[in-house]
Amino acid sequence: MSETMTMNAPLTAADGESLKVKLARERRNKQLKAIALVAPLALFLLLTFLVPIAMLLKRSVDNPEVITYLPQTSAAIAGWDRRGLPSETVFAAMARDLTVAKEQKTVPEISKRLNMDISGFRSLIQRSARKMPLELAPGESVRDHFIAIDERWGDPDHWHVIAKNAKSWTPYYLYSAMDLRETKAGTPELAPEEERAFLSIFGRTLWMSMWITLFSVLLGYPVAYWLANLPARKSNLLMILVLLPFWTSVLVRVASWIVLLQQEGLINSALMGLGIIGEPLQLAFNRTGVYIAMVHILLPFVILPAYSVMKSIPPTYMRAAISLGDHPFAAFWKIYFPQTVAGVAAGALLVFIMCMGYYITPALLGGPQEQMVSYYVAFYTNVTINWGMAAALGSLLLVATMTLYAVYSKLVGANKLSLG
Amino acid sequence: MGNSTPASDALVSFRGVQKSYDGESLIVKHLDLDIRRGEFLTMLGPSGSGKTTCLMMLAGFETPTHGEIRLDGQLLNNVPPHKRNIGMVFQNYALFPHMTVAENLAYPLTLRKMNKSEIAERVKKALGMVKLDALAHRYPGQMSGGQQQRVALARALVFEPQLVLMDEPLGALDKQLREHMQLEIKHIHENLGITVVYVTHDQGEALTMSDRVAVFKDGVIQQIDAANVLYEAPVNSFVANFIGENNTLHGEVVDVAGQHCAVRLASGEVVKASAICVGRNGEPTSMSIRPERVRLNRLAEACENRLKAKLAEFIYFGDHVRLRLDVAGQSGFMVKVPVGELDSSWKTGDMLDVGWMARDIRALDSAIVSH
Repeated sequence: MSETMTMNAPLTAADGESLKVKLARERRNKQLKAIALVAPLALFLLLTFLVPIAMLLKRSVDNPEVITYLPQTSAAIAGWDRRGLPSETVFAAMARDLTVAKEQKTVPEISKRLNMDISGFRSLIQRSARKMPLELAPGESVRDHFIAIDERWGDPDHWHVIAKNAKSWTPYYLYSAMDLRETKAGTPELAPEEERAFLSIFGRTLWMSMWITLFSVLLGYPVAYWLANLPARKSNLLMILVLLPFWTSVLVRVASWIVLLQQEGLINSALMGLGIIGEPLQLAFNRTGVYIAMVHILLPFVILPAYSVMKSIPPTYMRAAISLGDHPFAAFWKIYFPQTVAGVAAGALLVFIMCMGYYITPALLGGPQEQMVSYYVAFYTNVTINWGMAAALGSLLLVATMTLYAVYSKLVGANKLSLG
Repeated sequence: MGNSTPASDALVSFRGVQKSYDGESLIVKHLDLDIRRGEFLTMLGPSGSGKTTCLMMLAGFETPTHGEIRLDGQLLNNVPPHKRNIGMVFQNYALFPHMTVAENLAYPLTLRKMNKSEIAERVKKALGMVKLDALAHRYPGQMSGGQQQRVALARALVFEPQLVLMDEPLGALDKQLREHMQLEIKHIHENLGITVVYVTHDQGEALTMSDRVAVFKDGVIQQIDAANVLYEAPVNSFVANFIGENNTLHGEVVDVAGQHCAVRLASGEVVKASAICVGRNGEPTSMSIRPERVRLNRLAEACENRLKAKLAEFIYFGDHVRLRLDVAGQSGFMVKVPVGELDSSWKTGDMLDVGWMARDIRALDSAIVSH
């Protein structure tokens, strides 16, 4: 009888509770335990990694100055038809806003932001603010008075800039970081050639990263192969030599390269002493120096994943291919190499991504022509305090890296990447 | 079967081959070996006995330190491995993981510049031979160990080499599959008429499959013979103990007369044995007898040698029972008794009569073999 029961009714445990419910509870408990174990790290990552990235992305389109410090103007100019000059109300609102700004000493914030779009806006705002509050003659229009203070108020372009920035977000920084500018219609166009800068910097960053990756792979692959095929005792010793640079700070290593590579450095004096060269080679403070130092710093990141993949390939594969009649070199290419691609690709990707964001080595060992995107991020953060620009460059770097990763994983197959 | 192969019949011949890795010790001490055309020869021995090194020298992955190896009369010493045209099967299968089964099989054929239709035909035939027709487009990673080993076998045979080397090819498979594959490899060998050199440390495998087995120890072939000869007539105590189950009785030679000798055990009894490998009177010897050759009680009456033994243990095996006996003061003497012949009145501690024929017990060298 009990058998027919179990056939029709849901299965129950000995205490009469449904088995499904019991199982679900058990599973939930396990999940909760797993979440509790991961939670501290997840929280840490959220606060130190995800939140800053989100803030960076927001910063790159953030545009608070005009809407915060010129609130009435921002509201009034929304109704402007963008033809001719704005109406009297807008001028009046501007007068009130500037009066408040003068009292609260926020004039520099406004003028700095507007000056980015049209240079000279700073002096215009400052001069006008000094004249606030307005003392109008009876019947005099605010507009005429403003134009009397400075005739630039009569130029609609300046009002277009205010109208454009009367929103809490702007594509201005992102456009600038891509050498674009906004037309009056609001569409992006390429900036005139003499004003372009960042496209070539991004191009240079990619180009240099590509070469550094290529050199690292070309130099790292044979070393990894050698290490993987040595007896364990020797390869462990040599592996320590590969890892040794990791124990020294990057700054120290770059400084040592300067000592070695500079005009009167060790390499040049040695070569000249031996009579191989007549005058010192230019090795530091140019692209050669950056390549040498960066390949040196990033080489272990190729060697390690390649080594771990090679270590897992038994020698019998090569032997099998040779016994089947293939020449050892051809067998290496056809049988061994394809099996190492996953590791080498992972290493190369790692090196490339690290190159894209590298700052210290080009900054110390390169000339002006070797500075990469991260240098300008630092420049805008530390020197000009233009966080919008710094954030926009950073965001674009992030997007470029993620795009490359996507393309790369499409080509190689992300599931095939092996970091060892 | 002896070792007197006419040279014309030999496909492979090793002459005075020695191999050392470190220049101090020889891993292969001295090898003279002829492998006959069409023969299934197994190199059997414990690890480190030099059998794999011999195979690798034949394949060309190791070079002999001294001596010469010939294949079909041609000196191999300076022929690189990829030009030897020898098929090889490895223990870990060594199937190329980034190629499908069909691509793996086509690999040696493409190298031999065959045209596409011929390659397809040969691949199909080879897969049919190992009964894997349906799996041509799988990758090795998607197959079981047994299937992978069959593919490896097919790949070593697909280019029709006259010699195929197998380096412990079944070592990674479980027992049942291994026994199945042993028969399959044997049948393939019989059908194709190729020459196979097979390396293993599993004596059961060697006995099942081979025409001849070469037993290696310390870089020297101890005995090379057909399986039944190795089992029934081992020439020294190493072979007797390595192949199959064996009982050893230690004693001292008291008289050698023609093919037979008399040996005195430590307990004082004298046993008549076949003199195979004994020294002069007074020298120690260890005698070897297979468990199934020992007779008990009534059956022992007709035997030339009869001793008293104490029954120490019953070990049940389903189809037969093994009795562990203490014979002449030496323990660990095993006797196999079919279940039907077991006397139900026997208990541990009973004294039994054990007996055997003089031709079944072989007096050999006294080397003490540790298991």
